[in-house]
Amino acid sequence: MTTRVFSSGIRRREDPRLITGRASYTDDIKLPGMVYAAILRSMYAHANIRSIDTSAAAGQPGVIAVYTGADTEGALNGLPCAWLIPNSDLKTPAHPAIAKDRVRYVGDAVAVVVAETRYQAEDALEHIVVEYEPLDAVLNPKDAAQDGAPQLHDDAPNNVAFTWAVAGGDADAAFADADVTVSDVITLPRLIANPMEPRSAIAQWVGATGELTLWNTSQNPHIARFLTCVVTGVPEHKIRVIAPEVGGGFGSKIPYYPDEAITAFCSMRLGVPVKWTETRSENYLATTQGRDHIEEVEMAATSDGKITGLRTTVYAGLGAYLSTAAPGVPTILHGLMYSGAYDIPNISGTIYGVFNNGTPVDAYRGAGRPEATTLIERLVDVLAAELGMDPVEVRRKNLIPKFENGHDVVTGLTYDSGDYGATLDTVLDAAGYSALREEQEQARGEGRLMGVGVSTYVEICGLGPSQVAGAVGFQGGLWESAIVRFHPTGKVNVMVGSSPHGQGEETTFAQIVAEEVGVGVDDVEIIHGDTDLTPMGWGTYGSRTTAVSGAAVTLATRKIKDKSKALAAHLLEAATEDIEYEDGRFFVRGSPDQHKTIQDIALMANVAWDMPEGMEPGLEASAFYDPPNFTYPFGAHLAVVEVDPATGQIDLQRYIAVDDCGVQINPMIVEGQVHGGVAQGVGPVLWEGVVYDESGQPLTGTMLDYALPRADGLPDIEVQSNTTPSPHHPLGVKGVGEAGTIASTPTVYNAVMDALRPLGITRIDMPLTPEKVWRAMQDARNGG
Amino acid sequence: MYPANTTYHRAGSVAEAVQLLADNEGAKVLAGGHSLIPAMKLRLAAPQALVDIGHIAALRGISLEGGSLVIGALTNFATIASSELVQANAPVLAEATGVVGDPAVRNRGTIGGNVSHGDPASDPPTALTALGATYNVSGPGGERSIAASDFPTGLLENALQDNEILTGVSVPALAPGSGSAYVKFPHPASRYAVVGVAAIVASQGGSCSSASVVIGGVETTPTRASSVEAALVGSDLGNDALDAAAAAVAGDFTGDPMSDIFASDEYRRAMAAVYLRRALGIAASRAG
Repeated sequence: MTTRVFSSGIRRREDPRLITGRASYTDDIKLPGMVYAAILRSMYAHANIRSIDTSAAAGQPGVIAVYTGADTEGALNGLPCAWLIPNSDLKTPAHPAIAKDRVRYVGDAVAVVVAETRYQAEDALEHIVVEYEPLDAVLNPKDAAQDGAPQLHDDAPNNVAFTWAVAGGDADAAFADADVTVSDVITLPRLIANPMEPRSAIAQWVGATGELTLWNTSQNPHIARFLTCVVTGVPEHKIRVIAPEVGGGFGSKIPYYPDEAITAFCSMRLGVPVKWTETRSENYLATTQGRDHIEEVEMAATSDGKITGLRTTVYAGLGAYLSTAAPGVPTILHGLMYSGAYDIPNISGTIYGVFNNGTPVDAYRGAGRPEATTLIERLVDVLAAELGMDPVEVRRKNLIPKFENGHDVVTGLTYDSGDYGATLDTVLDAAGYSALREEQEQARGEGRLMGVGVSTYVEICGLGPSQVAGAVGFQGGLWESAIVRFHPTGKVNVMVGSSPHGQGEETTFAQIVAEEVGVGVDDVEIIHGDTDLTPMGWGTYGSRTTAVSGAAVTLATRKIKDKSKALAAHLLEAATEDIEYEDGRFFVRGSPDQHKTIQDIALMANVAWDMPEGMEPGLEASAFYDPPNFTYPFGAHLAVVEVDPATGQIDLQRYIAVDDCGVQINPMIVEGQVHGGVAQGVGPVLWEGVVYDESGQPLTGTMLDYALPRADGLPDIEVQSNTTPSPHHPLGVKGVGEAGTIASTPTVYNAVMDALRPLGITRIDMPLTPEKVWRAMQDARNGG
Repeated sequence: MYPANTTYHRAGSVAEAVQLLADNEGAKVLAGGHSLIPAMKLRLAAPQALVDIGHIAALRGISLEGGSLVIGALTNFATIASSELVQANAPVLAEATGVVGDPAVRNRGTIGGNVSHGDPASDPPTALTALGATYNVSGPGGERSIAASDFPTGLLENALQDNEILTGVSVPALAPGSGSAYVKFPHPASRYAVVGVAAIVASQGGSCSSASVVIGGVETTPTRASSVEAALVGSDLGNDALDAAAAAVAGDFTGDPMSDIFASDEYRRAMAAVYLRRALGIAASRAG
């Protein structure tokens, strides 16, 4: 019977198994005869390998094999970069799965031990003797790009992997003519993604059939299959990649890593299944990280606060090698977003992608867009201070007016729909903005450092039209497909090529099918994460799963509905055009009592006793959806902080998020995404950041030193939303997975700087740890 | 996260544990495991043997004996923090054990293991030192007591001799009229104290009759703030007196400073003065 569940906050069907420990992750899988790999990683950030002696390790108890780069050379191809941005002089230095002659970051794989147990493999690692010749290392991405810096790759002079420019209008002229210009230098620290589940891989090679099965913690198993084919040489149709339950990724499980290639290599050499699972310590070294930007930015404006230009020079740290999607993150996903929610007529940016002796950097929740939004929104506040205007007024003056179907910005994007002023109004109302400013005046009078921060944002998501993907050098498509299969009993399986890993699409996709054809939501099962069971898809990232994969589910279900109408017409002895549909029932117009339910149709289609001439049996449909444009969710966030003048500690007291992600399928899941996103965006402002010493040793190697956001550091997040449907999407949805992360970094940063304004402090590098704030206050008080 | 091979022994009594330590070269005592096991998982520690004292029932529990609290080494932080005996007789210890780590750590970590490990940024040793506690020890030579202030001999080093086990702590009950407080600046990641201050003041007739102030997290062993104590005794414990006393702390840092990427030694000393002043304010308000 019909259950209307669309736009309803029904509980996530994923949760019972997840929160009771009944989910099965890659590391839970045990195969007969399986053996265990452990990887020896470089302890130097930069060194030549003089020699490796594995003989003692090979003789340790339980050890089956020890391999080095000399063994994998020729057997494994180098790891490919899959986002070859054009017009950037992109360099793609070799990235061997196991380093042979030179290591370039602490964590670079040097050797692998395969043993009967994981403990034996770990013990044997200690018996491998590597003789290193240490080299100078460089970590700061701007320093790395200067003459004389230690060089990582011979084919990337000055460590510059690419130089990419974005331009629209005439920025230089705008700055020359400006009434006022402001500038800033913004650093976005290198971040560790920290999914609850570390990465893991099991490879099972069956020599007799030439088939390779890879269980893998992947956000995109079809891409993993494609790249496994490229690296191992096993033909694509002989590879099966299974992403079982995946415990979060935040972008770090998009890339194809050396580790799964090594695991596959070991299985192919030994003919038995091999499991490798990283430890948390390894995760902190060998799993891709995010951000690492140094942004030199300036804004031009008229004296009454109209923004006329934006210029940036950005040094984006890439780590030691190009990870799978790395070049696209600080360019396409960053520079094209420089207009934000504003009409900025003149924009120019130059982005240097720079190798440094750190863990490779790739997409991390928000991927390029928090880095863009932070610089725009920070500059707006700096401009407001320069002009003596309320930062909200500067924003209002520059916001793109409401539009319902397309707005071009000078970076070349066409935003789909927006009502940016409405979300700003909503957040100001919810916060009681003018009362907050009065409260702030009073607090300042008492010597208290209270701050209010506001940020708007627009994000590009729902990635994306495949034609655009090709034009910007992404080595794949960005469409999704779905198969909707009705069984004789009227129950439904939906197979999708995307691969949700915590976002809740097993629930929301069932809501879509239930909405479209009136089955119960519990009658729909979503199958994903197995390249043998699901149709092609490009994966779960970039807030695209509901927007793109969900659209494919919608279109496939609509095909089911069309076929059901035709079959109902035949069974009811009517013309198809006379059949109406309502709440899961097909009936002849005007005679709703004479009807066939969707379950009746499913049964009749599957038994096929009485099909109309030319109609195929079964009730199954597939759809391929390639979006005509990106989607552009947006919003406005506000934070209230108070800084302790004695200690520099920051108390985040209120956080209000108003997001417009288009039509919402499940508002509870939307709210959850906003909560988590906000926490991850606040992280780098207040706590998070990888720290290396001068030799490239990470000093934040464990959770004792790397400070993650925790519940007790966050207020109750107040969430509201507006709804501006995407004009080009079948359901009007846009996506929300990254919204909170994109908005909260500038919001909280602006709030802290607002609190410190009476002291004349205008910038402090993130994270704003208490000592940094205290020192800035000391300096300010000492007239510094 | 995969410790090296080790041999596990379970001791049924303190005497047996001492003997097992003597019989197994390189053995370490395992209690709650909250310091030792993580170190073993990171292979920062690889003891050849473990002597688990976690099943010796005699080492568990809290009692009041002759004006002192006696707390068995295996008593966990949560039990101490919620103990009415501790709250009544050594409230500063209840406060300090109540802010160790998180609830899971407090339910598993033990006072004996904590004190023996001697992390200078841990909360309980700071409070115990301020309280004038003594640590009860058993070893091949029998039983002895070591004053809390004499126990640490350097960073993660202590006065225990070979094959000695800390069996419990004795804490003299606070005198009537005393007020105390433990305040802490927690590290955002580890939740250890960047600065932790235990302050105890007693007031008689409007004048401070005694003071005990100890600071953790700033030096490699807990710092007794003798200058602060001297400034407090005889004062009226009013705001001006507390300000002056707190300012005196600068002269008390004479040991090896602590510093890390989160907080330099300079910052820790500055924050010690701030947190000390806050602790004194609370303690004074509770005195009398």
